[in-house]
Amino acid sequence: MSVGKPLPHDTAPLHVTGAARYVDDIPAPANTLHLAFGLSTVARGVLNGVDLTKVRAAPGVVAVMCADDLPFANDVSPSIHDEPLLATDRVHFVGQPVFLVVATSHLAARKAARLATFDITEETPILTVDEALAADSRFEDGPVIWSKGAAADAIARAPHRVEGTMEVGGQEHFYLEGQAALALPQDGGEMVVHSSTQHPTEIQHKVAEALGLPMHAVRVEMRRMGGGFGGKESQGNALAVACSVAARATGRPCRMRYDRDDDMVITGKRHDLRIDYRAGFDDLGRLTGVDFRHLMRCGWSQDLSLPVADRAMLHADNAYLLDHVRIESHRLKTNTCSATAFRGFGGPQGMVGIERVMDHVAHALGLDPLKVRRANYYTDMAEDATEGGPSAPPQRSLGSSPPPEDISGKKKEADLTSRGGPDELNRVVVAEASGQTTPYGMAVTDFILNAMTERLADQSDYAARRAKVADWNATQPVLKRGIALTPVKFGISFTLTHLNQAGALVHVYQDGSVQVNHGGTEMGQGLYQKVAQVAAQAFGVGMEVVKVTATDTSKVPNTSATAASSGSDLNGMAVKIACDTIRDRIAACLAELHQVAPDTVVFAGGEVTVGGDTISFARAAQLTYESRVSLSATGYYKTPGLAWDRKRGQGRPFFYFAHGAACTEVVIDTLTGEYRILRTDILHDVGESLNPALDIGQIEGGYVQGAGWLTTEELVWDDRGRLRTHAPSTYKIPACGDRPEVFNVALWDGANREETIYRSKAVGEPPFMLGISALMALSDAVAACGPGYPALDAPATPERVLAAVDRVRRG
Amino acid sequence: MNTNLTVNGRPHALDLDTRVTLLDALRDQLKLTGSKKGCDHGQCGACTVLVNGQRINACLSLAVMHDGDEITTVEGLSSDGRSPLQAAFVRHDGMQCGYCTPGQLCSATAVLDEIARGWPSHVSADLEGPVELTREELAERMSGNICRCSCYPGISKAILSVAEDGTVHREAAE
Repeated sequence: MSVGKPLPHDTAPLHVTGAARYVDDIPAPANTLHLAFGLSTVARGVLNGVDLTKVRAAPGVVAVMCADDLPFANDVSPSIHDEPLLATDRVHFVGQPVFLVVATSHLAARKAARLATFDITEETPILTVDEALAADSRFEDGPVIWSKGAAADAIARAPHRVEGTMEVGGQEHFYLEGQAALALPQDGGEMVVHSSTQHPTEIQHKVAEALGLPMHAVRVEMRRMGGGFGGKESQGNALAVACSVAARATGRPCRMRYDRDDDMVITGKRHDLRIDYRAGFDDLGRLTGVDFRHLMRCGWSQDLSLPVADRAMLHADNAYLLDHVRIESHRLKTNTCSATAFRGFGGPQGMVGIERVMDHVAHALGLDPLKVRRANYYTDMAEDATEGGPSAPPQRSLGSSPPPEDISGKKKEADLTSRGGPDELNRVVVAEASGQTTPYGMAVTDFILNAMTERLADQSDYAARRAKVADWNATQPVLKRGIALTPVKFGISFTLTHLNQAGALVHVYQDGSVQVNHGGTEMGQGLYQKVAQVAAQAFGVGMEVVKVTATDTSKVPNTSATAASSGSDLNGMAVKIACDTIRDRIAACLAELHQVAPDTVVFAGGEVTVGGDTISFARAAQLTYESRVSLSATGYYKTPGLAWDRKRGQGRPFFYFAHGAACTEVVIDTLTGEYRILRTDILHDVGESLNPALDIGQIEGGYVQGAGWLTTEELVWDDRGRLRTHAPSTYKIPACGDRPEVFNVALWDGANREETIYRSKAVGEPPFMLGISALMALSDAVAACGPGYPALDAPATPERVLAAVDRVRRG
Repeated sequence: MNTNLTVNGRPHALDLDTRVTLLDALRDQLKLTGSKKGCDHGQCGACTVLVNGQRINACLSLAVMHDGDEITTVEGLSSDGRSPLQAAFVRHDGMQCGYCTPGQLCSATAVLDEIARGWPSHVSADLEGPVELTREELAERMSGNICRCSCYPGISKAILSVAEDGTVHREAAE
């Protein structure tokens, strides 16, 4: 059994010796050229022209390209074609690429790129959500509004009400490996591209458009990224396309990587937003009605902002049953970098809003916030709701499996590779009438947070520690403590339903070794190892027999981004289906040789037992080959049961929910606003874990990154639209000493009720939102300083905590 | 400018522009791509290497300053990739994406040496006596190596496990 084992990363031995290659480590041919963008220094204006005389004359410069020099599409947008690779008649943000320098070295290209003289007629930029609202600068015609019940009436009739506003900052991905690409021109104008991307098919698609080629003439390969976090879902397009058009123009290999400061200035970040809320509630803190307004700052181009803002709305309920709720979401267009995907994809932004409401309500009533939260929880569903055994894999392999790849899909106007294009789905959806439903009408049938919260509160000794914190705060004048336990319920599936598909290609060689390829990409989450475990399990062989090769658009086509936490759910299942196909062929072949029934053939322990004989798996592969039976197969999987109408905000966008809960205790210094996380206890739901070691790593890392978003990671733009925090010297990323001093992480022991790969659950994004408990613990500590409500904005930097202490003291 | 570097035990005679950083010399001239360029500012630690046994950010140091120096990169930490720290990083999941790992390992190697030599840090309570590798010491000494995947529990466990195998005291098991 390989599934369920806590195996380390498959390439860990390569990482510790420096032998694991990333895109910028790949040896390039000797005549390779290096690229750099010339960037706009103005946030908004008319681009009259650029004087490139000095750029062209700079040492080492081979070519300089502007928009007019591009042979075909000048577009790197993942959605509505509103993002030119190089600016045309206008500039839209500070850092927008205007021209491209191609030179003999990275340094030569960067130096030359700074020698241009821009002729730009400056206009007043739209930088804030207020300015964007005033100018009606937005994506889509107006706000998106989804509602359930009658929120306004319910709030008006409620015994108690709170209202407030919360500013929530964005977040820089700071993938430690910056964006990078390498394009290698091939015979006949074809192109091979190595790109640090979560979405090889998108790179293939955009490069093909830029070169005027069909997609079959472009091959994209991706072995590993040095971190992605969503920042490499669409933001790598520009580099890959630039390398490809320069390689086409010069006939030479071209490579590009952003300098870190350029990377932070050019690429999109997590959407910052303002959340306005009004809530009505009863004496126990039960919400009778709640109204949210999200003002999302999307930046200059649409990118993935619509589905991000949708997902924020879809998580406005988090773990709470809301009978009367209204959510209004504005997707505002500003002259800043285009906000993009970031772990959680809007979910964290939506979730932090309702957690703030819970905190505010508890403060207003003088209740323990955990009591208020639990009073509002959805109801846990009965344990026996699962069909089939807890670890029973779905039976899809024999005969009934769908064709390997669906090539019949009709060409739609919408970009099929995108995650953010206009939603063309018109399926009418009716929510299940019975039981509890989300604000968007999806039945909540797998809720387990009551039991999880009970256990976590017990394991973390929440009640006793809360009393201790109160005692401490009653006697300590300077240092104040706070504690909070918050839940996470996160929806799993792409909300653009057609993306919920995956393919795999599996080969078994004559020596019994297995090569696996799938559409997912490895960015450190351990996807390759989980998939290898699935393959080893299917063939009953050891892990050393299985090799997962670099993601390659010529092996598995039409892949979705490795995003939405879906990597192992989708690709693991596709690989299993392919492996099962081959295993069944081997079984049938051996069964015929032994004149027994195929279902009596057993694969286990690296051996195959058939008709009383036991042979090695290698021998079985050899016999199958000699019997002239194919040992190669594709697998294809699509998530079942999804139906989502985003226009109406109704349906079942998610296959299932992943859950978690975290209890964080902090201490603040009321003289400086500085703080520390003293202890964090986490209980997280990964279903039946495919690999507990990797899953715990995702949970620990997600929590710290989520806490970083809400505490120290502050992005600052000046009034000219320039990002002033464009390096780790000014942008505070959690370091070794910022993790909780005591950090206990446990896995919930229940299986996924849905038929996912070995009943596991997605784990990439959900733990990120456990970090909300750190913000709420800070709020609790600040609340101990006086009668007022802290109303902490995020990130709750020491400056903000200090200001909040002052505020609550004044009442 | 002619510069002689001994890198991972092998002598190299290089002709370098005086403005080339040690990191670029290692990556571009010697093709030792294990050391990473994370920020090029000395802020992230991905480029950490050992110079005559002490750790530095290779991105902040000019290669010509190291004429005659002994440089050790992640590729040279052991002959078989199984130094106690390397093995511990694998065993304790001291990585996710792996991009910071070379710098973490070089840094950690030097930290253990600093502790053994009794060099105090900013957080050492006693400047004179032997230094104990407490959780706080470890956090302080590894604070220059960012892991964006926040794999700090695994990294800390790996380093503490090696320290424990030696004579260094371990305060906080996680």
